[in-house]
Amino acid sequence: MTAAIISLRGLRKSYGVGTPVETEVLHGLDLDLAEGEFCALIGPSGSGKSTLLNLVGLLEAPTSGELAIAGQSTTGLDEQALTVLRGRTIGFVFQFHHLLPAFTALENVMMPSIIMHGVATAEAESVANDLLKRVGLTGHEYKKASQLSGGQQQRVAIARALSLSPRLILADEPTGNLDTQTADDIFALLREFNRERGSACLIVTHDPRLAARCDRRIELIDGRLAAAARMPQPA
Amino acid sequence: MARPRLPFEFLIALRFLREGRMQTALILLGVTGGVAVIVFLSQLISQLQATIIDRVLGSQAHVVVRPLEEANQRARTDPQFATIIEPRAQRLRSVDQWEAVVRLAESQPRVVAVSPVVSGPAFAVRGRASKSVALVGVDPDRYRRIVKMDTYMTRGAFQVEGTGAIIGIELAKDLGVGVGDKLFLRAAGGRDELLHITGLFDIGNKDLNRRWVFTTMKLAQSLLDLPGGVSNIDVTVADIFDAKEVAERLQAASGLTVESWMTTNSQLLAALRNQSVSNNLIRSFVIVIVALGISSVLVVSVVQKQKEIGILRAMGTSSNRIMGVFLLQGALVGFVGALSGVALAWGLLNFFSTIYRSGDGAPIFQPELDPAIALSAAGIALLVGLVAALIPARRAAKMDPVQAIRA
Repeated sequence: MTAAIISLRGLRKSYGVGTPVETEVLHGLDLDLAEGEFCALIGPSGSGKSTLLNLVGLLEAPTSGELAIAGQSTTGLDEQALTVLRGRTIGFVFQFHHLLPAFTALENVMMPSIIMHGVATAEAESVANDLLKRVGLTGHEYKKASQLSGGQQQRVAIARALSLSPRLILADEPTGNLDTQTADDIFALLREFNRERGSACLIVTHDPRLAARCDRRIELIDGRLAAAARMPQPA
Repeated sequence: MARPRLPFEFLIALRFLREGRMQTALILLGVTGGVAVIVFLSQLISQLQATIIDRVLGSQAHVVVRPLEEANQRARTDPQFATIIEPRAQRLRSVDQWEAVVRLAESQPRVVAVSPVVSGPAFAVRGRASKSVALVGVDPDRYRRIVKMDTYMTRGAFQVEGTGAIIGIELAKDLGVGVGDKLFLRAAGGRDELLHITGLFDIGNKDLNRRWVFTTMKLAQSLLDLPGGVSNIDVTVADIFDAKEVAERLQAASGLTVESWMTTNSQLLAALRNQSVSNNLIRSFVIVIVALGISSVLVVSVVQKQKEIGILRAMGTSSNRIMGVFLLQGALVGFVGALSGVALAWGLLNFFSTIYRSGDGAPIFQPELDPAIALSAAGIALLVGLVAALIPARRAAKMDPVQAIRA
């Protein structure tokens, strides 16, 4: 049996707890994502996809239920410990790439390593250079993020997400605002890295074409998992 | 690539500051101005005060020991008798056992020099001109450590022997005499002597240049009818502001009248103190304004940078380090502002010292910068930067990364 990179048990998330407008967004999810799995998270707007991604990304805390990342339960961890776990295990690709505009492409890719080690190391720089080459941005290393096109920025974002070789990549509509050709390229890159490095990917997408190319599709409807998306049964 | 590898906090802080060019420039300007005002003002006031004190003490002993004043006492102590006690006229008297008092004064801590002085009224006469003067009999070797007479001499040396005398340039002019001439001196008591002028001095005070006539102690004693006595004992202390304390201790130990320059010039001292208080007030206001400036710019910066803060948090930056980034921005602004502020103050001091000159054309103050003032100003600016950044930094640290990224 493959170890689970993500494991959810009865995960609930409510907003506005204790106020008259308290709303539960996720109604008790049970879900496992295996190490190295390439998985699409689909569902209509407002179904709780982004919330689920934020919970799994340890950016938000669940209201109740169990969440384990890479076998480590996150219940009771303080902010410091969550930050460390997030930095070590998870790479993010956001919808609007979210690069640091004042930094160059290379610096953006090196940033997770700089954060982890405190300073930029020569090793981080060579890793970042390789990654930029892989995403086809040779020659753009020293351009400011704000000077790159949308597709180029998203490539930098993917390179950045991969810079620490995380075991889990969370992508929130990584191709959301790109044209079809660019979107295909970006998706192909994710797939390539998934195969090559074994990083598990959880990709939120609206594009059924792309979702169809994933190994597995998880569908969220009104904060519940659709029937087809049950966790894979252990043999 | 040979690029300096900055620690994470520095890298981000510097880039944030560079990115907000206009804001950074404005706040640096503010800190520079504030530090410059503080340094310039402190330097100016401390120099002016030093000059004033220097002038006052240039011709005055720090501490003077005099005999007790003579007072009339009631002959009968019976309170039933009404009595009017007339104040008594004070005659010139010697300090009792003055050699012992000199030794006592010399043994006091923080006393640098002690000089017995024989001083009293006299007339300087030449032809039909007669001028009222103060006869000052001194031991030059001791007295030059009380008043720096050597630096005031315009002709001859500060040295007296026999019937030699040293007079001020104004008296010399009034009487039409010079070095080598004779001067007839008659003490108020009627004794007289023909003196030989061996030197001229200019203390920088016309009144004193007209009044002081230095002779040997022996000559003054015989002219003033104080055989073997001295009228007062002058004392120099190491730190001029210790004078009052030394005077009080000496008075308790000797039982004589002991006055410090601080008592004699209490009005001047009060004026200097008021000046220092207003200087401190201005400094405090400037510090508060600079702190508010840094704070407000950083608060705006936190709002502007919330997306970046969210991204950094998502990539594994702890909230403490985000706080560090903003504290560092405050410290950097404070530090750089302090450097340029000190430079600006230096420029201002140079500029104004050439513009403002006293009557004789000499600059009122020297373009000097006390390293202690510069350093403390820089230290304060750094601290103010840090404190001012505290609120924005905490705000940045508390920011919810999810909200920050969505914004």
